[in-house]
Amino acid sequence: MIPRYQTILFVVLLAASLAMGLVLLHLRDRAHQRLVAGQDSAPTRAPLVAPAEQATLLVADDADDSLLPLVQSLPLPADPGARARAVLGKLLDLYATSGAAHPVPGGTGSVAQVFLLPVPGGSAAGNAGSGSASQGNGSSKSGGAGVAAADAESKEPLLAVVNFTGAFAASHPSGLETESLTVLSICGTLHANLPRVVEVRFLVDGKTRATLAGHADLTRTYLAADAAPVEAGRP
Amino acid sequence: MSTALLPVLVAAAALLGLAGITSAAQAPPAPQAQPSRFVVVLDAAHGGDDAGGRLSDGHLEKAFTLAFSVRLRSLLAARGIQVVTTREQDENVGPERRAEIADHANAQACLSLHGTESGSGIHLFISSLQPAQPARFAPWKTAQAASIPRSLLLAGVLNSALLHGGMSVTLGRTALPAVESMTCPAVAVEIAPEGTPGTLKRSSARLDDPDYQARVAGALAAALLQWRTEAGRTEEGRPGGARQP
Repeated sequence: MIPRYQTILFVVLLAASLAMGLVLLHLRDRAHQRLVAGQDSAPTRAPLVAPAEQATLLVADDADDSLLPLVQSLPLPADPGARARAVLGKLLDLYATSGAAHPVPGGTGSVAQVFLLPVPGGSAAGNAGSGSASQGNGSSKSGGAGVAAADAESKEPLLAVVNFTGAFAASHPSGLETESLTVLSICGTLHANLPRVVEVRFLVDGKTRATLAGHADLTRTYLAADAAPVEAGRP
Repeated sequence: MSTALLPVLVAAAALLGLAGITSAAQAPPAPQAQPSRFVVVLDAAHGGDDAGGRLSDGHLEKAFTLAFSVRLRSLLAARGIQVVTTREQDENVGPERRAEIADHANAQACLSLHGTESGSGIHLFISSLQPAQPARFAPWKTAQAASIPRSLLLAGVLNSALLHGGMSVTLGRTALPAVESMTCPAVAVEIAPEGTPGTLKRSSARLDDPDYQARVAGALAAALLQWRTEAGRTEEGRPGGARQP
């Protein structure tokens, strides 16, 4: 026979465990909400205080499978990564408008991040010492070696890693032509505005993905030069 | 003396005759012209868990490509062309398996069939690989590189036939893992509704329109017949070719 005090103790401990579990769940939800709110408050557009500059967008047209350059004036930040994101945001805004020649829903928010990394084994960086840190921390160097390293760094070919949101990939129209045009127009636009970008890779929600929407291969590295503007592909 | 030699001479003649028969039996047969083998691989894209795109009429791309593959196979078979398909039902077939089937078939033309609601008309794509010299052993992931010139020619023949059939055509290059491992001349054929995208006019030639499908299949079959004829001409002109008299 279980004594009465042990039964009461068991019930009290069980209630305390349940209460602590509920509190933990509540705290977890609050932390998640704070994280999501923090992401939402991150800047998703180029700051308007930046001076307006000419940017070349390679705009796709589904009708004739072509990429045509379009020069737009828009505020571009100085930081190359933010600049790349701003240019791609403008390009995807064009695609999201009604009546677009290459309709793709999503717009600016479809590109979560653009990372610019030195191309592994890049030719321009070969004699500059590949141990240089990321941009912006070499300004205190002085002397010939430092200047040479900074100069080489400024010519270093870059790999752009474009991170799409999952919502963009999920809503992208499926098809060989439409997916290829999206990928190539992004590669070409990046190269047109950041000539050091010679290679482009794609992620979706930070992870590698086989295809964009069932067709365009996202596992490979695209050469930016492959996306040169072409006139109408219609024979 | 002469009567004594007679049996010996008869035996020697019999031995010589037997030897002649044996040597005739062992002689290599006269060279015969081998009939040229013309095989087309039809690769109905997607299948199984990979549904492909969702078409506006509610169908899935995997079902459309399979149905179109069956339709085209029938047309080609009726014209005496041997056809190998990568799938005959709704099943999972990976890109490696598709390329394996095509490469084992030693085909003269490989068509990867797709369907989409984006764009209009027929979109022809060849691999975006840079052309390479044929080698005895080709890297698996870039095996198509050696066939790029022939794939371009095949795309040209398909383009002409489709234009002749009154369809609009766009040409492009793309990266498709299955196609890039194929050693045959390979073209990805993406069929979109005919008409101006985003307008109601395209309803005149929707993807589920049997007449439209029949027109596209007929044009592709005609193109492959022409491709077979051109392949035959090439073989005739080649020294030691199978059709050389």
